[in-house]
Amino acid sequence: MFTSMRELLELAAALELPISEVMLRREVEETGRAREEILERMRGHLATMEAAAREGLDQAERSASGLSGGDAKRLADYAATHQALLGPQGDRAVSLALAVSETNARMGRIVATPTAGSAGILPGVLFSLREQRSLEVDDLCRGALTAAAIGLVIANSASIAGASGGCQAEVGSAVAMAAGAAVEVAGGGPEQISHAVALALQNVLGLICDPVAGLVEVPCVVRNGVHAAMALAVADMALAGIESVIPADEVIATMRGIGNAMPRQWKETALGGLAITPTALRVRDRLRDEGARPAGETPGGS
Amino acid sequence: MHGEAFYAKVKASRRGTTLRYRSAFDIIGPAMVGPSSSHTAGPNRVGQIVRQLAGAMPTQVQVSFFNSFAETYLGHRTDRAVVGGLLGLRTDDPRNRDALALASAAGMNVLIATGTLDGVHPNCMRVEVRGSCDPVDALAISIGGGRIEIIEIDGYSVRLSGEYPTLVLRHIDRIGVVQTLGSILARAGVNVSHMEIDRRYRGGEAIAVVELDQTVAPAVLDDLRRTLPLLNVKQLEAV
Repeated sequence: MFTSMRELLELAAALELPISEVMLRREVEETGRAREEILERMRGHLATMEAAAREGLDQAERSASGLSGGDAKRLADYAATHQALLGPQGDRAVSLALAVSETNARMGRIVATPTAGSAGILPGVLFSLREQRSLEVDDLCRGALTAAAIGLVIANSASIAGASGGCQAEVGSAVAMAAGAAVEVAGGGPEQISHAVALALQNVLGLICDPVAGLVEVPCVVRNGVHAAMALAVADMALAGIESVIPADEVIATMRGIGNAMPRQWKETALGGLAITPTALRVRDRLRDEGARPAGETPGGS
Repeated sequence: MHGEAFYAKVKASRRGTTLRYRSAFDIIGPAMVGPSSSHTAGPNRVGQIVRQLAGAMPTQVQVSFFNSFAETYLGHRTDRAVVGGLLGLRTDDPRNRDALALASAAGMNVLIATGTLDGVHPNCMRVEVRGSCDPVDALAISIGGGRIEIIEIDGYSVRLSGEYPTLVLRHIDRIGVVQTLGSILARAGVNVSHMEIDRRYRGGEAIAVVELDQTVAPAVLDDLRRTLPLLNVKQLEAV
């Protein structure tokens, strides 16, 4: 098993294979399942992601809390009728990412990539690239496998959970995965993928997890949209030959160190950051009143 | 601390040598209903495991949320997710949304509590079930991306991920139990991927949690019951 980006690159170089194929072979070894069975499962996940994006774009309905919903459609409509500043491609990725995250907030079906809170970014990037480049589902599978390889490295050497490492771990992992996937499906090599990972993660270091009222909605939904665009930006940089001075593994280690040092009020507890702004506290109290059920204290103890 | 020393320290602080995430589908997946993999999908899987340990739908349920879970379980619908799992709903079943109403209709009484628990993962929960089932008291952590670990069953220290078919044996602590178990599984062509044992005291009641690469046939379970000093054995499906 590869435990660092360096090892992953060495494996890819030794086998003369793309990262997606290294991941696929590793999956065959680890699970004993046939290639085709693994690919079929991945195609199934891609279909679920696509349905989640479609549902999000079609529905203007708000979530149960009223905090999110309808913005994916709003952005898509705007991009269709205006000269969008980010361009049609970028805006498509953003609106698809918003759409999946809005579906997630409505308790709809999504695929965690790597988590539900960051589930919009990879599909936003992959499905916008499919439209732009007429990709086949097997290309999307390659992208998803590359993303999985990157996510495994980060998960095993740092964290992918907001509760452990803050949002930098959660959205950060997703943007690194999506950037790497974009480089792979656009024809870039393993070294470029590693630079994309490093560039992506450097730009999320320190990002805290401060969900308003503890809901995966504010700032999470918009953050998914923004980071889909960021994934495309760093993928373009890597494909252009821009290199990260700090290697990916050192950036991942830094992310872990920052996550360990991060106070718990910034790790998904809703006790800090945006979650304790006056507006957020009003939202929290309103939702508690609406959905209130007795929640007594228990002594705890193991 | 700077440079090499910092990275050496970070590297050294890695947890053990076993990797918690092994499959591409630990990262791309699970397919689930939202809104949170650690606060919705993971707890649903804990519920599914406890349901299997209980052997039937419990009528009395107490779920205690600790630490980060205590702060955010309502917003993440963590309570519905656990109860959905106890009802046997999978992570991607849309009926998880209505799990509390479904539980009430099915005669399952659910009590939710919150508290703090030091020295464990921030996402920690205890699920206690009884009534019309085998009583179970399980402590679980949700470590990210929908992955969970049951770290305590009825006071025994264990590790159960729910990723594999799993045997949970309650037996009497005796010399040779592990070897006999291993031989029977080996004869059946079943590979052990991870195993934990714990006991109340030397020669007393004990538990073995055995994660497997293959499912065990009923005849093999009968063989285990005949051969080992078992109180009971349960086979759990991966969830």
